Amino acid sequence: MVFEFLSDQSVQYALISGIAIALFCSTVGLFLVLRKFALFGDALAHTAFGGVAFGLFIGVYPLWAAYIVSILGALGLTKLRQRFDISGDAAVAILLTSGIAVGIILFSITDVDDHQLDDEHDVKQLNGIQNIEESHDEESHDEESHDEESHDEESHDEESHDEHDMNDFRDMKHAHDMEEFLFGSILQIKQENVITILILCVIILIILRIIYKKLLYATFSEEQAKVSGIPVEKINYLLIGMSGVAAVTSMQLVGVLLVSALFVIPNVSAMLYGRSFKQTITLSTSFSLFSVVMGIIIAIPFGIEPSGCIVLLAIGILIVSLIIKSTGIVKTAGFSPKVA
Amino acid sequence: MIVDIENLSVDYSGIKALDKISFGIAEGDFLGIIGPNGAGKSTLFRCMLGLHTGYDGTIKFFDKDIHESKKYLSQIGYVPQKPVIDKNFPATIREILAMSQHSNNPKKIDDALQKVWMHELADRRIGDLSVGQQQRVFIAKALVNSPKILVLDEPVTGIDMYNQDLFFQILGDLNKKEKISIIWSSHDLDAVERLANKVACLNKTLFFHGISEDFFSDEEMMKKYSETSMQMHMHHH
Repeated sequence: MVFEFLSDQSVQYALISGIAIALFCSTVGLFLVLRKFALFGDALAHTAFGGVAFGLFIGVYPLWAAYIVSILGALGLTKLRQRFDISGDAAVAILLTSGIAVGIILFSITDVDDHQLDDEHDVKQLNGIQNIEESHDEESHDEESHDEESHDEESHDEESHDEHDMNDFRDMKHAHDMEEFLFGSILQIKQENVITILILCVIILIILRIIYKKLLYATFSEEQAKVSGIPVEKINYLLIGMSGVAAVTSMQLVGVLLVSALFVIPNVSAMLYGRSFKQTITLSTSFSLFSVVMGIIIAIPFGIEPSGCIVLLAIGILIVSLIIKSTGIVKTAGFSPKVA
Repeated sequence: MIVDIENLSVDYSGIKALDKISFGIAEGDFLGIIGPNGAGKSTLFRCMLGLHTGYDGTIKFFDKDIHESKKYLSQIGYVPQKPVIDKNFPATIREILAMSQHSNNPKKIDDALQKVWMHELADRRIGDLSVGQQQRVFIAKALVNSPKILVLDEPVTGIDMYNQDLFFQILGDLNKKEKISIIWSSHDLDAVERLANKVACLNKTLFFHGISEDFFSDEEMMKKYSETSMQMHMHHH
């Protein structure tokens, strides 16, 4: 059967997580895009990369460290930005580069703990791990056939061989960890991750529902919202916090390098058609869901990386929308093409 | 008095923006605040609306110091100076009014749009409107919460004559028929003379506050205003 892979539990987990991530990234992202803060998600994801490295360095679960570091980093920078009047794009650049710099340094100096090496799940994900296991098997087989007299010598050789393998393994584990966070690892998502993602999705959507009017007003005009008595600063901090959570969570789906795609591309496409805010948010969510679900479904049977497939599908929707807009096939709203 | 300002002074890094301003606004007043560029009109509004809190003196709305509570803001409708609206902001006029409404009352939105003659365009995107139409939407937005006071900061800057006349007609109706007090800053002396019953003439200090007719019939005062406007104009260039 063509869709037999859908019965695989890891694919089901990927689809459920992907749907939840698509929902909250597109909704939070719309407010960031409208505030001309489209790359903020990117900056948060890069900070999260620093957070992951920090988590590994201090021996804390990397994703939790990423949540804390990226949210604190974003809140801190927002405060500094307000105090010293730093422009939005400069703030994004500062957050983005410092996150990556911290991440690279900490990744390079962090030793992988033994408990991480024992994690069978991680071990099986590593390319070449069979070779290591085989070499171990061969060594133990050889060991049995050896004479008692040569045992000490062999055992010494074995130790140095083991140490060498372990170092190789550590290097691979490092590269693998870094790659996983940079490019996403949706098929490695475990049941507990799915539950966490669903809970976070529900929390974010409930908060957005509660503050929707105030958040929209503050996005439309901060000054007018303040005069209406809306606590604009608190609303802004809440948006930053939700963006941080969304960025770190979606990092598992598309990786640090492509997070901003989920925040930005479906929203830009939706703004081409949307004649009202409600219509725009509905379209954006639909485009996002379509890209994520189809991206996963297309990528798996062809052995393509799902993250790249998801983003390219979103870009495909945008290109088709731009063509429709410029040719006038369908009457759309917003973003009029410039006529020379 | 529904608004009472006493000895209001604002200092920006050693430069006086306002110096010991005192005046009051009675219920039903249509107050035109005039003054050259840089006279402190926007600073005065920012203080009154709680956007600038680092001032000396006291500002009272409905007999309460605005430092004590922000509740007075629910009684105020604010129309900013020519708003900068992103052409691509994907919200309709109806959605703009709904987001600023404290309660959820669609009928009030329709009524407010009727008052500014914008009800037929209610489902258009805000970015698709002309500046004049956008300013009328902002008046409607201010009206959805049934304010007692309307504050307008040079609202007709950059608006064509037709929309300016329409705008002034709406303001006159709101003041007379709806009994809404209006505080309005403007450069347009003719419009102020035509519409306002009170005038406050500002140039960092307040050098006139009183009945509009008294100000416009006082030749000495008008001459003084022209001279200070010219001085400020030369200073800016």
